[in-house]
Amino acid sequence: MSFEPNLVGFLCNWCSYTGADLAGTARIKYPPNLKVIRVMCSGRVDPNFILEALAHGADGVLVCGCHPGDCHYVEGNYKCQRRLPITRMLLGEMGIDPRRVRLEWVSASEGVRFGQVVSEFTEEIRSLGPLALQEWAFDAAAADAQLAHQGGDHA
Amino acid sequence: MPKVNMTVDGRPITVDEGSYVLQAAEALGIEIPTLCFFKYVKPYAACRICVVEAKNKRGRTRIVTACNYPASEGIEILTRTPRVMAARKLNLEMLMSRCAPMPVLTDLARKLGIDQPRWGTGTDMCILCGLCVRVCDEIVGAQAIGFASRGIERFVTTPFEVDSDACILCGACAALCPTGHIRMEEASDREVVHSEITLGPNAAISVPFRQAVPNAPRIDPEFCVHFRTGGCKVCASVCPKECISHDDVERFEEVEVGTVVLATGYQDFDPTPFKQYGYGRLPNVITSMEFERMNNAAGSTGGKILLENGKEPRAIAILHCIGSRDENAHPYCSRVCCMYALKFAHLVKEKTSAEVYQLYIDLRAFGKGYEEFFHRILEEGVNVIRGKGAEVVSAGRDCQEGSLIVRCEDTLAAKFREIPVDMVVLCTALEANRDAKDVARRFGISVGADGWFIERHPKLGPVSTTTDGIFLAGVCQSPKDIPDTVAQGSGAAAHAMSLMIRGEVEMDGAYAVIDDEVCSGCRLCNDLCPYSAIGFDETKKTSSVNPALCKACGTCAAGCPSGAIRALHFADDQIYAEIEGILS
Ligand SMILES: Cc1cc2nc3c(=O)[nH]c(=O)nc-3n(C[C@H](O)[C@H](O)[C@H](O)COP(=O)(O)OP(=O)(O)OC[C@H]3O[C@@H](n4cnc5c(N)ncnc54)[C@H](O)[C@@H]3O)c2cc1C
Ligand code: SF4
Ligand code: SF4
Ligand code: FES
Ligand code: FES
Repeated sequence: MSFEPNLVGFLCNWCSYTGADLAGTARIKYPPNLKVIRVMCSGRVDPNFILEALAHGADGVLVCGCHPGDCHYVEGNYKCQRRLPITRMLLGEMGIDPRRVRLEWVSASEGVRFGQVVSEFTEEIRSLGPLALQEWAFDAAAADAQLAHQGGDHA
Repeated sequence: MPKVNMTVDGRPITVDEGSYVLQAAEALGIEIPTLCFFKYVKPYAACRICVVEAKNKRGRTRIVTACNYPASEGIEILTRTPRVMAARKLNLEMLMSRCAPMPVLTDLARKLGIDQPRWGTGTDMCILCGLCVRVCDEIVGAQAIGFASRGIERFVTTPFEVDSDACILCGACAALCPTGHIRMEEASDREVVHSEITLGPNAAISVPFRQAVPNAPRIDPEFCVHFRTGGCKVCASVCPKECISHDDVERFEEVEVGTVVLATGYQDFDPTPFKQYGYGRLPNVITSMEFERMNNAAGSTGGKILLENGKEPRAIAILHCIGSRDENAHPYCSRVCCMYALKFAHLVKEKTSAEVYQLYIDLRAFGKGYEEFFHRILEEGVNVIRGKGAEVVSAGRDCQEGSLIVRCEDTLAAKFREIPVDMVVLCTALEANRDAKDVARRFGISVGADGWFIERHPKLGPVSTTTDGIFLAGVCQSPKDIPDTVAQGSGAAAHAMSLMIRGEVEMDGAYAVIDDEVCSGCRLCNDLCPYSAIGFDETKKTSSVNPALCKACGTCAAGCPSGAIRALHFADDQIYAEIEGILS
């Protein structure tokens, strides 16, 4: 059986969530891998949400907001646009492929586009394979021991 | 203004000093015949038909011209004495000896009791009243015509008797000429320009069309003489309420409102790029809007359906779906065209004896009574062909039946057809206004891919938008006919009223709060908020959110490095719980 990625989507309420709704009412076909969480604005997407989702077993995170200039809150999507690259940089440093986090603009009328974005993203993550965090899982006891050791050294 | 007392035919009257005897007589209802007098230009005393007897205080009597003889204290005017009547007759007979026996002269002659003018009649059409010259100079301000030569050779002409650039084609001279000597003539034989037909008269000042709101006349600077020459302003001088100002200019006014209903409608699809239909290239290929204007009874053709040569058409083809249901233009159905096309067919049948051909893809007669209307026009003998009009070409010279040929595939008869007609009406799509995106952005709402404004919910919120207090009505939301537009408009108005009638706005419980125990005072959030809802308390050195300004986007909550900001809905813990839930 091929790998089915587990994906989380943060969709802004005004454009992208409505766009996803439209994809549904228009009976547009796309993979069922994405699980959607609604937020009021893409600007609401705290980088912690993304990390938390990956930590809980998501293989990829998709953030969707209104097109530039169309944010219901004027410029929340610009804030998101600046935060996402930093989040991806951070992921890279942690050894996680930054392609696992993607930002896309989807307007309320772009049901078809929403379907395409989800299909593409699903395919991309499928090709990247599962996110194997366990392999280098944070060993709290070892870290404490190391800290204590270092502390001892420098004291 | 000083007044003077005088009498006309023994009846006393008080008038302004400096006014003329003719005006005093008119005020008393005493008729004095005139030929060269017009209220709005200076009197000229050329015809001498208005002569009266004036008796001054010393009892001296003189024959004077009433139109330019000033009223003075104690003067006695007699308008019907034998001497006056003889003088009028003489003056008219002398005029008639030079001029052709035109109605203005012969009618007056009959009134004055002249059977046969003593010196016969002449041939000249001009009575040299000078009305044309004076109106052109004093009112129009164009000074395009004047008198040339003297005495019996005198005549009216343009400078150097050549076509004058000074003439602005206003037609004032022709309108005032009492004999019809001056005429306005079409320079070309083209009589009807379909694209220029208006809903009302092509006048300089008029109510633009019957249903106009406000229903008041407006000046069209394109036609108004004043805006070309700086003269005229006759309308302003006759308006008793002094409403007319030629100096008025466009103003921008700010109005404070609590709610807005957007009803900005649509624009017509321009069929010019669809070369196969020949719009703009072939004569008598017109759009549905042009056809609609031509049918307006108050419009410039008086509601008549006319070809460019001014004749009634013998066969008309009505082509549906031009720009609608078309991958090359708009994929959607414009919804109103089928029904107005049937209405057009009915109008043609009612007003002319022309054959009508309807060329449709599908007939969408979906509304109450619409299918019945379709059956009615079938009974009226309209030819209904299932097949989209493919092409309109100009017919050969020897084609007897029409000047145009419409080609189509009749999909019911499974035949290719060529239909000779002399007029083609293109039922063009309704499309979103060019500026729909800008308008949407200004009001914080969304537009769909087709350019129509997006409602809050297709079933549950069809008149509201994602922005509180902004409502939608009519075609700006999607193509619809008048009954649907009115229904949506009424709904929008009711929604707006129900918000305003309360007099206060209920705020959402959702906003952001800052925990000032945790806030480090970095002020990062202050600039993040697009609504400037976050202020900084200089004494406490922490930031705080004004809940009345906060729109609950949550951007600040996502940005606070200390985690001091909590969104009251879509709160962090809710979202974390969701993440956990969907991934478990
Ligand atoms: C040829 C033709 C024939 C038709 N015949 C029929 C018929 O027989 N029966 C029927 O039911 N329907 C008919 N319709 C449809 C009918 O025209 C529409 O249903 C109706 O006009 C919609 O009204 P509306 O108020 O939404 O838009 P509109 O009538 O387009 O009115 C919108 C108004 O908003 C103004 N506006 C636009 N932008 C702005 C702005 N930014 N600021 C301020 N003002 C702005 C425009 O100038 C316009 O006056 C016909 C349509 C066409 C094209
Ligand atoms: S961003 Fe956070 S810490 Fe900084 S001022 Fe705003 S609430 Fe305080
Ligand atoms: S939630 Fe949005 S609107 Fe409210 S204070 Fe924060 S940034 Fe401003
Ligand atoms: S509301 Fe959609 S990105 Fe801000
Ligand atoms: S009207 Fe007075 S002279 Fe012609």
